[in-house]
Amino acid sequence: MASATTEEPAGTITRVRADPDLPPVAVIDRSPITIRHRIVFGVIALLGAVSWAIIAFVRGETVNAVWFVIAAICTYVVAFRFYARLIEMKIVRPRDDEATPAEMFENATDYMPTDRRVLFGHHFAAIAGAGPLVGPVLAMQMGYLPGIIWILIGAVFAGCVQDYLVLWVSTRRRGRSLGQMVRDEVGAVGGAAAIVAVLVIMVILLAVLALVVVNALAESPWGVFSIAMTIPIAIFMGLYLRVLRPGRISEVTVIGVGLLLLAVLAGNWVSETAWGDHWFALSKVTLSLCIIVYGFAASVLPVWFLLAPRDYLSTFMKVGTIALLAIGILIARPVIEAPAVSAFAHSGTGPVFAGSLFPFLFITIACGALSGFHSLIASGTTPKMLEKQSQMRLIGYGGMLTESFVAVMALVTAAILNQHLYFVLNAPEAKTGGAAESAAAYVNTLPLGGDPITAAEVKNAATAVGESSIVSRTGGAPTLAIGMSEVLHQAFGGPKVQAFWYHFAIMFEALFILTTVDAGTRVARFMLSDALGNLGRPLRKFRNPSWRPGAWLCSLVVVAAWGGMLLMGVTDPLGGIYTLFPLFGIANQLLAAIALTLVTVVVVKKGYLKWAWIPGVPLLWDLTVTLTASWQKIFSADPAVGYWALHHQCQQAFDAGETRCSTAKNVDQIHDVVRNTFIQGTLSILFAVLVVIVFAAGVIMVLRSIRGGGTALTEDQPVPSRIFAPSGLIPTATEREVQRQWDVLPESPGKSVGTAAR
Amino acid sequence: MGRAARIARQIRWYCGTLMGDTHYQRYVEHRRRMHPGEPVLTEREYWKARHTAAENNPGARCC
Repeated sequence: MASATTEEPAGTITRVRADPDLPPVAVIDRSPITIRHRIVFGVIALLGAVSWAIIAFVRGETVNAVWFVIAAICTYVVAFRFYARLIEMKIVRPRDDEATPAEMFENATDYMPTDRRVLFGHHFAAIAGAGPLVGPVLAMQMGYLPGIIWILIGAVFAGCVQDYLVLWVSTRRRGRSLGQMVRDEVGAVGGAAAIVAVLVIMVILLAVLALVVVNALAESPWGVFSIAMTIPIAIFMGLYLRVLRPGRISEVTVIGVGLLLLAVLAGNWVSETAWGDHWFALSKVTLSLCIIVYGFAASVLPVWFLLAPRDYLSTFMKVGTIALLAIGILIARPVIEAPAVSAFAHSGTGPVFAGSLFPFLFITIACGALSGFHSLIASGTTPKMLEKQSQMRLIGYGGMLTESFVAVMALVTAAILNQHLYFVLNAPEAKTGGAAESAAAYVNTLPLGGDPITAAEVKNAATAVGESSIVSRTGGAPTLAIGMSEVLHQAFGGPKVQAFWYHFAIMFEALFILTTVDAGTRVARFMLSDALGNLGRPLRKFRNPSWRPGAWLCSLVVVAAWGGMLLMGVTDPLGGIYTLFPLFGIANQLLAAIALTLVTVVVVKKGYLKWAWIPGVPLLWDLTVTLTASWQKIFSADPAVGYWALHHQCQQAFDAGETRCSTAKNVDQIHDVVRNTFIQGTLSILFAVLVVIVFAAGVIMVLRSIRGGGTALTEDQPVPSRIFAPSGLIPTATEREVQRQWDVLPESPGKSVGTAAR
Repeated sequence: MGRAARIARQIRWYCGTLMGDTHYQRYVEHRRRMHPGEPVLTEREYWKARHTAAENNPGARCC
């Protein structure tokens, strides 16, 4: 037991031994901050403040994108050193003399203590995806300033706190999942609501991400060809690992990435041939059907055949491309074109998404500042690989800071674009008319300032990236790809390769969106069969994951759910992104509310009421934002914002036999609008109700706990640790010394595979 | 030169460990330490078992 440990204090540093015959397993460092560190952090804080001032106050002159990067990095360093440390000292209180779930249940399969730097990579690859790339691009409608403020402040005080504390709660409970933990700590009703909410929210997530891909690839033979090629490449990799050389994962990934680059290059040639155009220029509906079939196949096919190798490719591309983009921004040092705050921030009449800055900016940015989905990764997968509790700050808080940085880069790539071009890309077809001439005419009526755009400029922008048209390519991915191609061709290769970089960026985004879609379909399928299996006797069979009829049936239900939403989005007369993206943002932020409720309840139950504001304030803010947004989506009388207002308006038009309603131009389209708004409005109500139930259950639990009642915590009994590993990214002098003591032990395979010494 | 080689080795170690090249080696060491004398799967069998496990317990990927 933990009481068997011996502490060896030496000044401000204490070494803790679990076994008197072994070196220490933990180093507790209570040294005050040194003068050198004070100066270093002082300089960083000052530099950050200067960058913030330049971003916020310089007007009329051009602002260089590099200031965004510097402001972000300085903010992150200060937040990680001071705020995350405060959370660590007051709430998390890591005990490195206690074994983590990974050490306790090590089985070399899912429970596997992993080097902190490697786990950081794993965790980052699992949490980062298209969300932080797409959200900030869409939010650029309101100017760069509100976006950058929320991405940085939101990450530091909300997103990172959520990820860090969910990881903490789950690590102390053997890596239990979010739904299970809500049931254990908040109660049965809250738990059931949370499980249903997670499942429904997952479906929205998959539908909207698939919609982003469809919008990026429709009528683009080059893009479709390179993405289609990822499937045979992944199958080749799967067979290679299964048959030829098992376990040589980085070898086959390097081959796969090489083939992928070839596919992007070949796409240019294919798109110019007649057969290429015939086979790969697909309409939005055809493309949606292809993705639906693919999602179903990936969910029922063996993991090694398609899913696992695609995941290797996408991990590699994710980390590589984001690093490439950061270097590109520093080399190209592009100038910001967007206004600090646009006219749409006040009026709320922007064409990209409806509604005013509060609450819809926060809903739109979602993932880069606070992402509820991260709580599904921070509970479950990551705790089972954690070596030491003190590493949670690096993995949980640090991982989310990195994701926030990705969002900052996405914001920069959207902000360096010509603003007229930005709205040509992002206004729905109902407004731009779909042609270069009408699109140019439309955006020139917007209150943008600067020189108007001509149809020839719109066409040239499309030719430069090897596309036939870029009008109304909504969803954020094409905008980001154009921004990335600007940055990357300026940094590497010149104007000749801009089209290559554009399609490289599209391929990179589509690759990991599809990875999310196939993995997500599978996860949702398991959640569904688990929930069905728990209902009772006749359905008990669903709990067995290898029961094929169950697997097929649940996959079908899940795919039909998100596939239906996807088809609804692509055929929506208003443009799917305009109507569905807010629903996605609300869903994501409501999941964050569930996770933060859980964390707050646990903090109060542990007796840290004084520090409950750390998760409590972001929880209240998040609830205010999302419930206001839900309220407006449900009750707003403005048909541009409220789903039901539009529903009733079009229903009346339909009943009166009219042929026009909002952007619908015939009876069929009116019928589509009536049906879609009914589904969207119903989902808005469902989400809000589920989250209010979880939150109310949480409040009751907190009040009971304060009064001295309430249920006990369900933390595991601590088991003494028998391994050692440093806490932070860079080991301290004492940690190095202890590490050397472990390294000289005879039975220490540690170093060769980069895991904790034992 | 020695320094460059060391950095290259570290990058290789990082990528290999991140992607999972060293997992089988870890498994063998784990078996040797925790279950000495018991049979150990071959690398092919090990990866088959890993994929079967992943089949029944898929890891989520975020947005």
